[in-house]
Amino acid sequence: MSSIAFVAITILTLAAALAAATLQKLMHAALSFAVMFVGISAFFFLLGAEFVGLVQIFVYIGAVAVLIVFTILLTRDDVGKVQSFNWSGVIVAIAVFAGLVWAIANTKSLPLTPPLIEPVRVQRIGELLMTNYVWPLQCVGVLLTAALIGALILVMEEKT
Amino acid sequence: MSDSLDQIFIHAKQWLLSFISGRAPDWLIQIASSLINIATLLGVFLTLFALISVLERKILGRMQNRYGPNRVGPFGLFQPVADGIKMLIKEDIVPDRADKIVHFLAPVLIAATAILSLGVIPYGRNMTPFVIDGGILFFFAVGSTTELAVFMAGWGSNNKFSMLGAMRAIAQMISYELPLIITVLPVVMIVGSLNPDKIVGAQAAYSLGFMPHWFVFTPWGATAFILFFVSGLVESNRTPFDVPEGESEIVAGHMTEYSGFKYATFFMAEYIGMFAISGLGITLFLGGWRAPVHFLDFIPSYVWFFVKLSILLFVYIWLRGTLPRTRVDQIMNFAWKFMLPMAFTCVVAAAVWHYTGRGLRGWLWSLAVIAAVYFTLSILLDTRRKFAPRTYRFAE
Repeated sequence: MSSIAFVAITILTLAAALAAATLQKLMHAALSFAVMFVGISAFFFLLGAEFVGLVQIFVYIGAVAVLIVFTILLTRDDVGKVQSFNWSGVIVAIAVFAGLVWAIANTKSLPLTPPLIEPVRVQRIGELLMTNYVWPLQCVGVLLTAALIGALILVMEEKT
Repeated sequence: MSDSLDQIFIHAKQWLLSFISGRAPDWLIQIASSLINIATLLGVFLTLFALISVLERKILGRMQNRYGPNRVGPFGLFQPVADGIKMLIKEDIVPDRADKIVHFLAPVLIAATAILSLGVIPYGRNMTPFVIDGGILFFFAVGSTTELAVFMAGWGSNNKFSMLGAMRAIAQMISYELPLIITVLPVVMIVGSLNPDKIVGAQAAYSLGFMPHWFVFTPWGATAFILFFVSGLVESNRTPFDVPEGESEIVAGHMTEYSGFKYATFFMAEYIGMFAISGLGITLFLGGWRAPVHFLDFIPSYVWFFVKLSILLFVYIWLRGTLPRTRVDQIMNFAWKFMLPMAFTCVVAAAVWHYTGRGLRGWLWSLAVIAAVYFTLSILLDTRRKFAPRTYRFAE
């Protein structure tokens, strides 16, 4: 049952990712990117990591996809223009692929039978965030606040 | 007797499932069970949508001193049927320069997200369609995809009014999602769970046999509920926050280029979203399906839920009948300068309530915290604008 689901989700995710990379219209690419995020969150659900899956939808579709779409909207000058073949993109893609292959090849393979992991409950994540990982959490909070204030200042300078 | 009446729908579902249990594999039964839930949800809420669409017009008519629809059927109750037929046989117009796929997918996505968010609300004892550990989070995760659907509608139509409407909708939805989620935090904090059933369970007790322990009866709960309700109004694009579809300025916002059944889908999604956000408000603050007084417990739980839902929906319609539309900048200022600080105050006040012993002392302390912040804010935000007769520069 879950293997059928896995195959279906994989096909959906890969198809969406491929569409995001190849579609001519930028807006269609961005929207299929959002579909790919749904696929990834479905993987998390399949693994029993509900919280991560929900946050994936929350952050990546509710915020990141909307951000991308807005960026396209505000820079719509070159929407629809057919781009010529991009060699630097190919080089970057090959470099990333090679890096990933190298990393995978150098990783010690784990035993194939997975250890029994009980699904992490949301409450447990909250407790850990507030005890063991409270410092990283606070640092991220400060960083985000600084980013927010920085964004506000950028906007305010334009106004005067 | 009352117990069996309370659980009648659960038993009905068990009875339906008993036809295939034993003969079918487990996964088939699971799928059948889910399908029954989905069909029931759709049936109930689409009927409620039809009912509310005519009741809204009747109530608005009453408030504006006129008859509402009263031609079709008794008291005009068959009006939604006539409307539905009208919408179905209308021509479906797609603009020539529109992005056809995106234009088509937007109403589908917006309806799907609205209906999905109905799935985690407990409608009665044992009557949560889909029990998810992080149900509240699921609600907001699904709700956040609505923005993308609205954007698709605006972009796909290739129309300036659509785009402007979508921009307005997204701006106000993003701004109010923050207070909406932060007002939920105190409840989650006090209950210690994101599971809607546990949140309802935490409001089960009664003091002195008649005072229910609903969160709305604590100072932080009352404040959070009001903020939640206002944010919900904005999220469902209802008056007085319906600038995205402000007819006097931008035709119909992101729905301008939609006609026929696609327009009806948008309309339906708006109402379903309204039901969902009210349902969540009931679950979080108004005790879910619990009876308001102990001796009325014999009335089935789902009746209480729908009574509360009707009251909230009436308030929605009432507000629409009484309030004018706000300006875009007023909405934004209100969100960031008032709603957000007050929402954070609710979190602090809930913590104060918890640590001063959840009793009368905690009640007074949290009230003091909220009152202090409220008055500080009202002094800080006072624009010192006098209300005087308007002076016209050119008209005179």
